[in-house]
This record gives sequence, structure tokens and C-alpha cells, in this order.
Amino acid sequence: MEKAGLVVMEARARNFYLVPYLLWIVLFVVAPILLIVYYSFFNVEGEFTLSNYEKFFTPVYLRMTLSSFWYAFLITFFSLLVAYPTAYLLTRTKHKGLWLLLIILPSWINLLLKAYAFIGLFGTYGFVNAVLELTGIGTKQLLFTDFSFVFVSVYIFIPFMVLPIFNALEKMNPTLVYAARDLGASAWTTFRRVIFPLTLDGVKAGCMAVFIPALSLFMITRLIAGNRVITLGTAIEQHFLVTQDWGMGATIAVFLIIAMALLMLLTGNRKRGLIDIAKK
Amino acid sequence: MSGLVRTFLLVFIVAFGLMYAVAALNSSEGYSGGNTLTIYNWGDYIDPELIKQFEKESGIKVIYQTFDSNEAMMTKIKQGGTTFDVAVPSEYAISKMKEDDLLLKIDHGKLPNLKHIDPDFMNLSFDPDNAYSVPYFWGTVGIIYNPKMVGDLTFDSWEDLWDESLRNNIFLLDGAREVMGMGLNSLGYSLNDTIQEHLQEALAKLSELTPNVKAIVGDEIKMLIANEEAAAGLVWSGDASEIMDQNEDLDYVVPQEGSNLWFDNMVIPKTASNLEGAHAFINFMLDPEVAAQNTEYVGYSTPNKEALALLPEDISGDERFYPDKELTDRLEVYDNLGPRMLSHYNELFLEFKMHRK
Repeated sequence: MEKAGLVVMEARARNFYLVPYLLWIVLFVVAPILLIVYYSFFNVEGEFTLSNYEKFFTPVYLRMTLSSFWYAFLITFFSLLVAYPTAYLLTRTKHKGLWLLLIILPSWINLLLKAYAFIGLFGTYGFVNAVLELTGIGTKQLLFTDFSFVFVSVYIFIPFMVLPIFNALEKMNPTLVYAARDLGASAWTTFRRVIFPLTLDGVKAGCMAVFIPALSLFMITRLIAGNRVITLGTAIEQHFLVTQDWGMGATIAVFLIIAMALLMLLTGNRKRGLIDIAKK
Repeated sequence: MSGLVRTFLLVFIVAFGLMYAVAALNSSEGYSGGNTLTIYNWGDYIDPELIKQFEKESGIKVIYQTFDSNEAMMTKIKQGGTTFDVAVPSEYAISKMKEDDLLLKIDHGKLPNLKHIDPDFMNLSFDPDNAYSVPYFWGTVGIIYNPKMVGDLTFDSWEDLWDESLRNNIFLLDGAREVMGMGLNSLGYSLNDTIQEHLQEALAKLSELTPNVKAIVGDEIKMLIANEEAAAGLVWSGDASEIMDQNEDLDYVVPQEGSNLWFDNMVIPKTASNLEGAHAFINFMLDPEVAAQNTEYVGYSTPNKEALALLPEDISGDERFYPDKELTDRLEVYDNLGPRMLSHYNELFLEFKMHRK
């Protein structure tokens, strides 16, 4: 009798704990998305229309979408390239906490400040060019190039890639690695067949955490890329702040949301597939 | 965990304590409700000393807030919430705000200093009889350049920006109206042109400029050009004077084909709660000595002819910032093109930005 009562109470408590979360989700996730969808059906004069969606399928916006995805891909790819070895090394160091802190530390500094710092570093008469000059390579244009845009973005996103990979590596049972080595797997095979598949979830979480915000980057496109890189984020910013064409801005946002949802679905499926392969 | 909670609690308690202390101090000095004036202006667009002087003379406490674009300012005023008493929009924004019924009429009887304003800057198309606005500063859009870096180019014509020697060596201001306007002007069209073929022609012309454009940037343009990151740039005259203060080698010119002439005027938005104070402040800013001091600080061109007379010759006689009638006649003020056309301008501008080298 007593036990049953406890279970009911527990269930009730659980429901009760759900309230803040549900409230949060409804107020700050569901409602804004619905609002965005609602706004996307109005043109700049406030009339109900589908013309925003038509406009999205013109070459201007399609090319912008393509370039957004391309740069987001580059940023994610290079972040992963740097972050995976870093995370791996981190799990092997003595003072993990300290090293991790040092990697996360830059994310405590405001993004704009970091961007401005890079303007100084990458400028024609900046530090990097001074070094290039000294080493005999000579001054190069760094600012307002694809290189600097991807570099700075990778720099900003690295902590978001390192953390989930680090966690996945930490959670991995080290005896599996020993077993693989005992059974004669080379270091590369161990990595390819054991470590990487087991940390794939971390890699995916990291890629999501980088790719999705990278799709809608906007301030850096102006400060570092000098508007030579135009992403959907730039267009949204312009429509909301300059043209006041909230409908078009919202429409682009709707497409971004759809793209992200699709992406998550796709990677979610592939995850199951890959783990199955690993099991075999 | 409890340590964390305790820390947060402490921060909250200290913050609320300080807020209370500030409120208590303000009311003990007579700064409360009816005795404050909220001013909404562009960043770095007034000599802070003048605000102090106004507070001392009038006994009104000034709350000073800034914005970085007309659009952001209009959105905030439309939303209400803050009781802005005085704002400083540009001309096309004034006509839009008038349309949207966001402005209050200005009582000229309370502005004895209005007589100091040059009649040339009164009664303009965006605000007939200055019913809603009073001139604050004005200026042009033109080219700032570094004579050491551009060879023989003088930029008397927009065409010079297209010169092959300037490959990857110019900056543009990140503004749809400014850049599209430049494209239209360089073809001899009006910068308020709304004819589709002309706009497309301007876009085609601008895309030829792409190889020369190093970047399209915002306020950073001042720092970048002062640091000689590029040889030339499309800028506002006021920004140009600021840049030239930092780097004396530079020069500013308004091309002969014509360009934009703009005005920033003081207005009293619908949100105002202290009308007496707002008029007092506007009148204060129109005082010749105050306006002269402000002009020296801000660096834009003053519409106040008495103030101009007080300024040293090297400012008031500078033809780059106080161009003669012959040039100003060729300049155009932005019309309020309506949201649809503005949106179209922005789309063309986006298209221009997307051209790859």
C-alpha cells in the first residue's frame, strides 16, 4: 500500500518537474518558431502572401544558401580536424581540468572583441604580416579573404567541437583499446575500428554544435570577410534591421530551420547505421 | 553547488542594493520623473561637455542613449517602452516617421534660437516649414583617399574608383542607398531613381567595380582607412573628417556627377514625456556658441550660420565640408522610397555583394 502511494507521488513529482521545462520549451522554442512561420507569410507592406517563398527560390537567395552551406561545411571540417587530435591529447595529459579550461577560456570573451582583435592581427600592418615580412615571405592580404573568415570562425567554434569529443573519449572504456592492441590491431586500425566509432556520437554532437551556428553567422562576415562572404545570416540581419522586411527575413529563417531539422534527422539515422556496422 | 547559489544570491543582492542607492541619490538631487530628459542620438554625435552644461543650466537630468541606424531607432520608438524626448533621425527617416505618426509638432515659439539656422537648411522637402524637425548637422557622401597611394587620380569623378590601378584597394560603406546611389550617380542617374532598367544598369556597373573592392564594412571603415589598409573609400563626410583627424595625409572629395546630401535633424518623438525639457534642449543646441563647440567636437557640418561665423577659418572655410552652392546644387537628398523599393534596393545591394572576384 505504502509503496504504491510512493510510486504515485514519484510520478506526480516527475510531472511537476516537467512543468518548468515545458513552459520553457513552449515560450522560448515553440512560440518563436510559430511566430517566425507566421511572419514569413507577410510582405513588406503587411499583406498576406506567399511571395517571400517565391523570392527565396530566385538565384540570389539560392546562391546565398549554397555559399552558406559551403562555408559552414569548411568551418566544421577544419574545426574537427583541429579539435579531434586536441581532445585526444587532452585525455592523455596530467592536468586535464587546467588544459580544458585553457581551451574554453577564449569563449568567455565577447565574440566581437575577438573579431576586432583579429582585424588588428591580420591587418596589412598587423602582427601576422610583420612576422611574415621578417621571415621573408612578405606581406600578404589576410583580412577580407576566405582564409581569414574560415580561420577566425574555426578559432571561435573550436571549444564547441573539443568538449563533446573530449567527453566521448573520456567515457570510452580504455580496456577496449588495450584489447584491440592485444589482438594485434595496429595503432591506426585501433583508432579506425575502435576509438573513432566509439566517439562518433561526440563528433556528431560537435559537428552539430559548429555547423548550425556557422550556417547563420553574420557579424564575422562583415568584420573579417568584409562582406565578401554573404551567408543567410547576413541576409536575415539586413532584412530585420535595414529593410524592415521582416517577412523575407522570417522566410529565410524558416528555410534555415528546415535545413537544420533535416540535417539532424539525416545524421541521426546514419548514426544508427554506423553503430550497426561497428557491431558487425 | 550551494556555493554557486550563494554567489549568485550575493551578486543579486548587491545589484539591487546599488540600484536602490542610485534611485535614492537621484531623488535626493531632484532628478526624478518629470525632471529628466531622455535623448536618443547617434553614437559619438554630441560633445559630452554640452550635456553637463545643459544639466547645470536647466536643472534637468539628461539620460543619453545612442543608436547606430535610423531603422533601429525607428523600431525602438515604434515599440514605445522608453520615453524618448528628443531623437536625431536623418531626413528620409523623418518623412517615414511623419507618415507613421511617430512625431510631435515642434513649437517654434519656444525656440528663439531657431533664427540662427541658415535659411538654406530650413523648409526642405522632407519637412515643410520644419513643423516636426530642426536641423542638427548635415553632410555629404564622397570619397576619402590617400594621395600617396592613388597616383594621379583625383576622384573628381566617380569613374576614378573604377580605375584599374585600384585593384583590391577600396573600401565601401555597408549601406544599400549609399552604394546603389554611387552606381546610379556614376551613370548620371538620380540616386532616387526607381526605374528598373536604370537600377539594373547601376548593378551591372557596380559589378565591374567588384575587383577593386577590398571590403564592404561598417564603422570599422574609419579605423581601416586611417590605418592605410586601402587607398580610397566611400564614406560619409563626417566620418571623413574624423579619419582625417587621425591621418593627415588623407583627403576628401565629393565627385562632380553628384552625390548624396543628408541632414540629421532633432525631432520630438510621440513617446516624449517632457515637452518643456525637449524644447529647452533643442533651443540650447541651437545656441551659436553651443553649436560651434559641438561642431568642433563632432566634425560634421553645422547648419547654424552664427555658429559657423564663430568657428575658426580652417573649419568654416573648408570647401570639402562646406561646399559652395555650385556643388550643393548637384547633390540630392534621399527620398523616402517606400518599403517595397527600399527592399528592392537592398536586394540589388545583396546581389552586388555576392559577386566574387
